[in-house]
Amino acid sequence: MSKAAQEQLRFVGKMVHVSLPREPSSVDSRESDPADANAGRARARGVIRDAIFAILLAILLFLCWPGRLHAQDDCLACHSDKDMKNAAGHSLAVDGDKLGASIHGSLKCGDCHADIKTYPHPDKVARVQCLTCHATEESDLKGSVHADGKDHPCISCHGDAHTIFPKADARSAVYPLNVPGTCAQCHSNNGMGQKHGLPSIYPKYIDSIHGYALSKEGLLVAANCQSCHGSHHILSHKDPQSPTFKSNIPNTCGTCHAKINVDYSQGAHGKAIAAGKMKAPVCTDCHTAHGILQPTEAAFRMQSTPICGSCHKDKLSTYHDTFHSQLGLLGGYVETARCWDCHGAHDVLPARDPKSPIAPANLVTTCGRCHAGANLQFVQYQPHANARDRKLNPALYFIRLFMNLLLAGTLTFFMIHTILWLIRARIEQVKNNSAIGGDHD
Amino acid sequence: MTELAQSPEETVRPVKACGRFIKRFTRAQRYLHAVLFTTFLGLAATGLPLRFSESIWARGLAGFVGGFGAILFVHKFCAIVLTGAFLYHVKDIVARAFVHHEKGVFWGNTTMVGNWKDVKDLIGHLRYFVGLGPKPQFERYAYWEKFDYWAVFWGMMVIGFSGYAMWFAPFFARFLPGWALNAALVIHSEEGLLAILFIFSIHFVNTHLRPGSFPMDMVIFTGVESEPEFQHKRPLEFARMVNEGKLDARLGEKPEKWQLNFSRVIGFTAIAIGLILLVLTLSAYFG
Repeated sequence: MSKAAQEQLRFVGKMVHVSLPREPSSVDSRESDPADANAGRARARGVIRDAIFAILLAILLFLCWPGRLHAQDDCLACHSDKDMKNAAGHSLAVDGDKLGASIHGSLKCGDCHADIKTYPHPDKVARVQCLTCHATEESDLKGSVHADGKDHPCISCHGDAHTIFPKADARSAVYPLNVPGTCAQCHSNNGMGQKHGLPSIYPKYIDSIHGYALSKEGLLVAANCQSCHGSHHILSHKDPQSPTFKSNIPNTCGTCHAKINVDYSQGAHGKAIAAGKMKAPVCTDCHTAHGILQPTEAAFRMQSTPICGSCHKDKLSTYHDTFHSQLGLLGGYVETARCWDCHGAHDVLPARDPKSPIAPANLVTTCGRCHAGANLQFVQYQPHANARDRKLNPALYFIRLFMNLLLAGTLTFFMIHTILWLIRARIEQVKNNSAIGGDHD
Repeated sequence: MTELAQSPEETVRPVKACGRFIKRFTRAQRYLHAVLFTTFLGLAATGLPLRFSESIWARGLAGFVGGFGAILFVHKFCAIVLTGAFLYHVKDIVARAFVHHEKGVFWGNTTMVGNWKDVKDLIGHLRYFVGLGPKPQFERYAYWEKFDYWAVFWGMMVIGFSGYAMWFAPFFARFLPGWALNAALVIHSEEGLLAILFIFSIHFVNTHLRPGSFPMDMVIFTGVESEPEFQHKRPLEFARMVNEGKLDARLGEKPEKWQLNFSRVIGFTAIAIGLILLVLTLSAYFG
């Protein structure tokens, strides 16, 4: 007999004992004569025999009563067996101790498994409906990208229904530090994600500055998946209601990065987005959504200029002609000027705005941040000069033309000269040395 | 291995009987050339990754020649050494011409300055290439050698000045307009590219790789040339020295074997590095 079953019997026994004493006491009041003690004792023995019979009957009734199959202990009599499986091979085991400690520990099995009232159980058992209690979450989920999930929508994220903990509990699958791993069950480079054609997100996230703060430093405030995407009502980034919809991203990031959101909203890009110009970049266009890097790192500085250049193509092309770019492209060098070193990062403003770092009046300061001793003449240097544009930069255009002609002319002349010489030298060599290839000394 | 060990060292090329060697370059001139090509290779190897920073090999080469942090340091270090060599050379020319009153520095048969004979030699040489005339007779410095010299001279001034203008940009901006800093990079990179392409193709072939000198003209390393080779390559200078009775004064020592081997190792390394850089440059240019 299992431990749970023993406990069950003890429990039943206690209930019967509580109701027992009344019978003997009533007997005692009637049989008060001590001389009649022997007869009374014999009668009492008969009563106890009856009582034991009644108890056994009660136990039998109790065990057979169908309505009683609700308390956890009844079910655990069988389901605590760790190896218990159904016909399809799925485990039917429940750990009573863990269930008791979980947030659902006070519930009876039948509260969720409402269709299982009897033993033996019905052939077909219905899927547990969490919405009975969690109606809001269920309706949120119905409208989300996860609505059509074939697996049970709740336990996919919250884990085994019998061991669910509140989200502030470190044992919870949706505890902030556990969220990325939970979402990674599908949104990673594992079989599940590939099967459903999902992009691999987890590796990018966990190597990002958010992922680092969360996994290495254990910062509960670091952004995890649901900080930006929400939890039950997750919407596609194409949905205007989604916190990851392009125009909502500044506010989503701004939940934590409030100051930068203010800067951004005052810059050219922020104003454009606010005006509905959806080509303008938001946070994720430059920082990316998941693989967010520390902006002072070489890796981020390397990847960022092409991002600006994907819209500002002509500026990227002329930037590539400069020493800033030439040195910057080789990597490592974090010092060389990238776009936002001169233009600002979040509050990008056009040069005509007096607040812009590239406004003529601010250039000496802006250039002077790297070039100590920058003066008014120095800042006339054009960081986006185009030597191929005759109208825009005539002096540069003709200098480049002259240099190219000099290069092409010199090389062409001497190339012809050398080739002719080689042919002639070989002819002379063969003639003089009877075609042995010549004497090198 | 006994047969090999016992066999004479020089089995393929027996030492020639003619023993006389004629001096063509002084020790200082040879060292100047060594400093020039060493620093030039350094400048080219560190400059090319910058010039072609978008090419696939730029980051690899930059890492190879000292890493991203060191590439500018190496470039500037070589530039300073080369500037020093250049200034020393100019000082030497001035001293020879105006202090020691040496004849033939700026004109005459031994000068590096171009003259009418060089124009005639160039035309004559081209006619000789296509079979329209005899081979011109060359003096101490032939016209293509003078061109090499002045190309380097002009190149060092142009590349050097534009380089220093960028290095000390805020200082140069005190007396140069802002657009000159833009022009400096265009000039520096185009002229540098010309120098690299010219040296690693034209100079290499004309001086070292053409039949008659292949695989390397050792005279710039040893300073001496065998008498027959000298007579063949510089007939006018040879005849002039014989006539003036100065041939004996120009006789030099036969180079030692270690000297030749050492020169070959250095020279072939330089040529190999140059050719690799040439291939990289061309691949970035046309790739």
